[in-house]
Formats: sequence, C-alpha cells, structure tokens
Amino acid sequence: MDIIGNLLSISLYEGLAYGLMALGVYITFRVLSFPDLSVDGSFPLGGAVAAVFIINGVNPWLATVAAFGAGCISGLGTALLNTKLRINALLAGILMMVALYSINLLIMGRSNMPLLREVTVFDHVADFLGTDTSLALSISFMVVLAIIVLAVLNWFLRTEIGLALRATGDNEQMVRGLGGNTDMTTMLGVSMSNGFVALSGSLIAQNQGFTDVGMGIGMIVMGLASVIIGEGLFRPKGVTTVLLAVFGGAFAYRLFISVALRLGLPPTNLKLVTALLVVAALSITLIRKKLRHEWVPPAVRM
Amino acid sequence: MKISKNLMMRIGLCAVILVALPMTIGCAGGTKTIGISQVVTHPALDATRAGIIAGLADNGYVDGDNLMVDYQNSEGDPSLFASIAQQFVTNDVDIIVTIATPNSQAAVAAAEGTDIPVVFTAVTDPVGAGIVSNWESHEDENVTGVSDMIVVSDDVELITEIMPGVKKLGTIYNAGESNSVFLVEKLNEACDALGIEVVEATVSTSADVATAAQSLVGRVDAIWIGTDNTVVTGLEALIGICENNSIPLFAADEDSIKRGSIAAYSFDYYDIGYQTGEIVAEILGGKDASKTAVEKGKVISLSVNTAAAQRMGITIPDSIIDRAETVYTE
Repeated sequence: MDIIGNLLSISLYEGLAYGLMALGVYITFRVLSFPDLSVDGSFPLGGAVAAVFIINGVNPWLATVAAFGAGCISGLGTALLNTKLRINALLAGILMMVALYSINLLIMGRSNMPLLREVTVFDHVADFLGTDTSLALSISFMVVLAIIVLAVLNWFLRTEIGLALRATGDNEQMVRGLGGNTDMTTMLGVSMSNGFVALSGSLIAQNQGFTDVGMGIGMIVMGLASVIIGEGLFRPKGVTTVLLAVFGGAFAYRLFISVALRLGLPPTNLKLVTALLVVAALSITLIRKKLRHEWVPPAVRM
Repeated sequence: MKISKNLMMRIGLCAVILVALPMTIGCAGGTKTIGISQVVTHPALDATRAGIIAGLADNGYVDGDNLMVDYQNSEGDPSLFASIAQQFVTNDVDIIVTIATPNSQAAVAAAEGTDIPVVFTAVTDPVGAGIVSNWESHEDENVTGVSDMIVVSDDVELITEIMPGVKKLGTIYNAGESNSVFLVEKLNEACDALGIEVVEATVSTSADVATAAQSLVGRVDAIWIGTDNTVVTGLEALIGICENNSIPLFAADEDSIKRGSIAAYSFDYYDIGYQTGEIVAEILGGKDASKTAVEKGKVISLSVNTAAAQRMGITIPDSIIDRAETVYTE
C-alpha cells in the first residue's frame, strides 16, 4: 500500500498549498460574488516577488510576506478598476491578469528564476528542526500554516467587517441602501483574496525550486474546481466547515489528478480521466437517489 | 459531526480506486525503473523520447524486459511539473529523465536529498536555468544531461548565404521560455555583427503564433525561429502566413524543416534522445551522474526543404543543397 500512501501524501501537500489559492478564489467568487479572473496573474506574481527577494539575499520569511503584500496590491488594482472606473468585474480581472504577465516578466527580468540553491522558508524550518527538507516537512509546514489561516479567516468572517463583506456578496444594493460602503468591502475582499493566491504561489515556487512566468496558467480553473468539488463532496453547512471544504476540495482535485497520472493510461488521456473522476465523485448522490427512486426535483422540494 | 451515508459512499469509491491502483502498476524485481517526464507533446520532444528508449535498448536496457519506463507528460500544465517529479521520487525510481527545462528544474528540486539521479535532455541552457551549476564538474549535484544549445550565428550565416541581401530578420518566441530568451539574445548578437536588424514578436501560447506572424508581415525580409516549444507547436500557422506573404522561414530543428520551413542547421532530436539514452544506460550501470559532464548535441546536420523555399518565393543555391545532409522535396 506504499503507492497509496505516496499518492495521499503528495495530494495532501498539494491540496494544502493550492488550497490556499482556492481559499482566495472562494473569498472572491463565493463570499463577494466577484468573479475575479486575475488569479492566473497573481499566482506567479507571488512566486516572482518571493524569488527576486530571496535571490537578492532577503530573509525568505520576509520575501513570503512581501509576496502576500504584492498579491494584495494586485487585488486592490482589480477592485479599483471595478469600483472606481466602473469596469465590469470579469473584465477587470481579465485586464489585471493580462497586465500581470508583463509585470511579472518585468519584476523578474527574465521568464524563469531558479530557486534550487537559494535558502527558502522550507530550508529554514528544516534547519530549525535539524532535519532535511522532505515531503513530510512540507506537509507539516503547510498544515500549520493552513490551521493559522483557517483560524484567522474563521474569526474575520464573523467580525463586523467580515459580515459586511459577506453581505456585499449577497446583496450589494441592500448593503448600500443601509449605508455600507461596498467599494471598501470589495477592495478589502479582492485584495485579501489575491494576497492568499500570491502567498500560495510564493510557497509553491519555493518548494518546487523555481518560479516561471507561466506557472499561473490554469490556476483559476483549479481554484474554482477545488471550491466547487469541496462544496459538492462535503456539503458544508457553516463558515468553519465551508473553509475546511475548500481545502478538502483542493485535496480531492489533486488526488484525482494524481490517480489519473498513476493509472498508467496514455498521458494524452490525463485530462479526460481527471474530468471523469470528478464527475463520478460529484454524481454519486444523484445516482444513488435515482436508483432508490428518492430523487425529488428541486422545484418540488420544500 | 455525524458521517452521512453519502460521505461513506464517496470515501468508498475513493478506496476502491486506490486499491485498484497497485494492480495497474506491476514490476518484476531486479528490473530498473526510470521515470520520463516530458513537458508537452510535440514532434521534436516525442522524437527525443523515442531516441532515449532506443539508446537504452542498444545499451542493454530493454523497455518491458529488464527496464520499466514510467512515462508522464504534463501537457504544458505547470502544476504538474512538480507533481510528476514528486511522484517519481516517492516511488523511488532509479533515474528521473526529464525532457525540457521547467520539468527538469522541478525534478532536480524534488530529487534533492535523495540519491536519485536526474538526467535532463532538450534543455538549451542548463546552467542559466539553475539545473546544474556548471557544464563540467558539478560535484554535489546528482544531475547531468544533454543540451540542445544551437549555434545561432551559424544559422544566421546560412540565412545570409541563401538570401545575401537580407536586412531585417524577424523572430517569434515565447518570452516565458528561458531557452528562447537565451537564443534570441544570441540572435541579436550574431545579427548585430553582420549589420542585420532583428524584429522580435512575442507570444504566450501557441494560439498567438498566427497573430505574431501577421504583425511581422511587411516589416521583415525573413523569419527565423529557434527551438521554442510554444512556436514550434503552432508552426503550421506560421508556415501558412509565410507562404501567403512570401516571407522565407528558417528554423532550428529538422522536424520543422520537414513540416515546411526552408533550412536549418539542426540536431535530429532522435539523435539527442539517443545520446541521452546512452548516458542513462551508463548511470544505470553505476556511473556517477555528478562526475558526468553535461554534453551538447553532437550531430549537427544541414537540412533543407526545396519545396518550402519555392512556396515562399526563393530558391536555395545548389551549393547549399549539395552540402545538405537531408533534402526534403515536399
């Protein structure tokens, strides 16, 4: 069962790392109802900023925080395009994503920055614990970070500002009617979201040994898939469970991909198999209910 | 939290799949396993892989016999570079073979701290990409491989031989591929020395190739492309536009000539793969990767395509056709 253990541990690390990014996507898409597509750009932005700082000798922890900050600025940009210039949210995200491709190249000065021989946060933790960097170490690091992030977000979404954020996503008109400043909440939410995405990018870049300007391609898809799979698989009912479900969804999605890789089918079928596995997992409820003739159409449900 | 029956069923499904897995991967004891990680499907890289298998076979390691090959292709998905490498490491393969740059970087990072050697191929500038610290000896790094670095100035000279009056040379590349950025720098150096102006157009995906090509129409006398994975994937679009506008297209690998470019000094990627396969066989046999110098592709041949030249409005001088190792006539 070694293979299963390997698969699960790899998917666990990836689920946590990409789960941070998925959390950012969740904040914009679900909480704020703001379809922010700039994730494909802010993910490598985090990697780029962290890489530049680290290569120039800056403490990797500082570099990682700087990456989070850069993501926040990028999110702020997207939000400003939408709130102040009245550009449609979707387009604002797309414009930011396109701009960030060039910005990332400008930041790095090149398209690819190797981090293999640099000191990363993972190296620091390894030194502190007196061991080598390894998958187990990466997982432990990410677990601790995930717990911290979850605790903070869980608290934040229940504060007055957090509630204002959630309300903005639910019914912007009403919030404005009640005197709330939805421009502020949008800026805060999108900014925070992209901060998490960039944070995820910086950690993954440090772990995988390089930042590449193309490493964000497909991230928005992965983020959305994680959120929706998490909701579908775990049916969360409250704030805490929904945040956990996002990580769970990311874990499940990466697991499906790893399984698809491992099944040994021709690599050209990889994406198809991944999609089929996800469909299978999400449709179990439906199929089961139908088989038992318990299926009730949504319109009739009370 | 009560665990619902639904959740149980889903967990059950996952368990079934996971249990079925070991049955799909079987390996007799005593065989060597290698993991091959390829970045994307395109003819040159596929040829490289075929060459690796052949090189191994001719040196005693036959796939399916005493060698198990685990071939994974990330199809350009960046999140898979590290995934695939990590899987190879946790499955403890004997050697990781990587085809192209970003997955090589991921493999070296994933294999760090283990004793799994990494052999890369089809990487233009492994030192610049941080894969090895230098070409000769890299004592602490269990990495070696074959580079496909081409001598761009030779290509430029060839272009001036075929088109003596060329003043403006266009090039299309993906600024996101470090291989290409390196080669375009070399192109600028070579052209500066000859007084040729270089007009660059960049793309980010193969879908942009047509647009980039259109933007060069009327601004250049000819177009040269290097070993850029993105552009080579979208080559047919570029060829079409070059033919319609009579802009000669020169490339840097033989497969592109076959597909319709005019001429190139190139590696046969199958040969590069074969060279890599020989290195892998040596390391499987016990040679130390950290003591093996990184090689460059050995067999450079001139290939020309007379029909392509005709379609693009020029004729290749007979002296060059005679010199060419391979002449395509379609």
